[in-house]
Amino acid sequence: MAFGPFLLLALMEGLVTAAVLALAAAGLSLVFGVMRVVNVAHGEFYMLGAVLAWAVTTMFPGPPALAFLAAVLIAPLLVAALAAAADGLILKRLNYDPEATIVATIGLLYILQQAALSLYGPNANPVTAPFEWRIQLPWFGYSGYKLFVVLAAGLILLALWLFMTRTKAGLIMRATQVDRTTAQAFGINVDRVYMGTFALGAGLAALAGVLIVPIQQAQYLMGHDPLLLSFIVVIIGGLGSLRGTLIAALVIGLSDGVISMFFTPTLAKILATLLVALVLVFRPQGLFGAKA
Amino acid sequence: MTNLLHPTRRGLLMAGGAGLLTAALPGYVAAQAAPIKIGFQLHRTGIGAAYGRWYERTAQAALKAINDAGGIGGRPVEILFEDDATDPKRGSEVVDKLTQSDGCDLVMGTLFSHVVMGSAPRAGELKVPYLVCSEGYHVASGALNRWTLQPGITDVRAQISTMAPWVAANLGKKVTMVFPDYAFGHDHRDFFTAAIQAQGGEVIAQIAVPPTETSFTRYFPQIPAETEVLYHVMVGPAVLTFVKELGEFYGTGAKPQLFGFIDSLEAVDTATPGLEFLEGSHFWEAHPRVKAADAGEHESAYRAAVGVDDNGASVSDAADVSTYSHMFSTWETLYFIKQAMEASGYAGPADRQKLVEAMEAITDLPYGIERPQGAKRFNGKTHQVFGSQNISQVQGGKLVKVHTTTIDEGLYEDAVDYTTMSF
Repeated sequence: MAFGPFLLLALMEGLVTAAVLALAAAGLSLVFGVMRVVNVAHGEFYMLGAVLAWAVTTMFPGPPALAFLAAVLIAPLLVAALAAAADGLILKRLNYDPEATIVATIGLLYILQQAALSLYGPNANPVTAPFEWRIQLPWFGYSGYKLFVVLAAGLILLALWLFMTRTKAGLIMRATQVDRTTAQAFGINVDRVYMGTFALGAGLAALAGVLIVPIQQAQYLMGHDPLLLSFIVVIIGGLGSLRGTLIAALVIGLSDGVISMFFTPTLAKILATLLVALVLVFRPQGLFGAKA
Repeated sequence: MTNLLHPTRRGLLMAGGAGLLTAALPGYVAAQAAPIKIGFQLHRTGIGAAYGRWYERTAQAALKAINDAGGIGGRPVEILFEDDATDPKRGSEVVDKLTQSDGCDLVMGTLFSHVVMGSAPRAGELKVPYLVCSEGYHVASGALNRWTLQPGITDVRAQISTMAPWVAANLGKKVTMVFPDYAFGHDHRDFFTAAIQAQGGEVIAQIAVPPTETSFTRYFPQIPAETEVLYHVMVGPAVLTFVKELGEFYGTGAKPQLFGFIDSLEAVDTATPGLEFLEGSHFWEAHPRVKAADAGEHESAYRAAVGVDDNGASVSDAADVSTYSHMFSTWETLYFIKQAMEASGYAGPADRQKLVEAMEAITDLPYGIERPQGAKRFNGKTHQVFGSQNISQVQGGKLVKVHTTTIDEGLYEDAVDYTTMSF
């Protein structure tokens, strides 16, 4: 394949990776930014989104497009409710202590993963894409659904940004992020903010899972990679910075696409990990993070 | 007053009698019908789960057939399934547990070659027969030990040497290979490259994909434009993504001839939306998933016993497609065990060495209900069995058998003689 089309395909693949990654990492970043909780179970919320999308589309009687729409609406809400419950039952009782919550979310990771294995089973199940549309370029064909994923992720992130900057709820979340004690003194119910943030973060991961599942398949082990990549993105972008997360997701996604096509996927992973190490050494707060 | 320190005479007698009975009873029961215990290392979870599901069903069906016909040497048989999560480290622990804690007479059933490689050394240390259903060349290559045998399925090297002449004659000579980047895929890479060269063809690109990969489009641009045949083999839970993305990549544009190992589509319905591009392409199959017009007389009985319809899907759920070209190996391995145990007069774990020697002495395995995939020839020196192979073409969304090889086409020179190794 000639260089031009090759690069185009690499960039398109990279954009899809970046879009899904940005969604998942935004959730992780939000939870850390507001709550100072490192959520190790984040990848499992992504997996649950995919698995629930399979369940919803399987039970939904209508055409694939409507079934998928139902999954987009229902699966993230269910996952968000589960996350809110986990927050109330576990994290709140640990007083959001940073070390204790890391251990607790590791436990949550295994509980969710093994619950999925027990209830859903070990098999990878496909979800039919809402539409079968293939773009035929002169050099190669490309899935129209993948481009839809990029578009949808962009719109969701835009909505998230508007929510954080233009609404009262967003203002309250940002106030809690800046200073928890002062926010409480101003009458903000911090517990509710935390619960809402954890639910929102998990919901974003689940939404990423729903969007990806027609491309991949729903399987109980699928949470590993997105967790690792989300951490890479969040560390590079700066924990708690939405803008940094988005830019880092684009950098990691596109470089992953280009490097893995022109060289090997392993090299792309090596370079991403190296970048994390360099950021941690020279700019520990991340590219866009505020100094602690 | 009676207590433990001052027992009555009657109490003592009763306790003594009960003790004698307890001691004697197991021996009596054992002499009557102690079951033969077969440990089954099963990929119930992990990346091999689809295979595991069908390996378990097929083994259960064979077990029922054997027990209904009187068991092995008059003794009933039971199988203890133990999940290895398709993980090599867990695999060796499973061999350990089945042998030491559960007291199984032997262990069988492993498919994924990295689990075989991780478990076989432990079986050798425990001196327990370890019968794999894996297709890997690792047994016949001499890399393993005297306790490891593969009596139920032909190895990749033999499969490939029968496929290469047909590919070169019918599809093309410039081949690009896509394969999983571990032991099983490397067997494909090494032996097909050599086999196609022997036919005057060449492999112009080798594309290795990590077995845990979930996205494949990025690998396809490496396929050179002058490729005449794309040879693909993929495993794991992402096989459907692999074929779908391959279809998206080529779309309606020009594409090379496709020749795949059915592994790329095991447990996947060939009529899945997005797979239309496979129409007309060819697949290697060990055992045709869709019942062939000239299928043998035992084909129907085998399908009915396992619970598979004529399309190769579960009779209770048409969406649950089987791993038809691999699962027969568990059925045939169980019958192989029966034959060897009866020939050696196997009585218990003390006879394990005698059992392996009896297995090594087996050569001719004719077609019958014991071997629904077809007649086989066992090589006691290399511990490997050889059978015929098939090529199927996707016609109208279904796999239709178009070619069958002979056993002889797959034979190659022995690389090892396990019978000269110590136990």
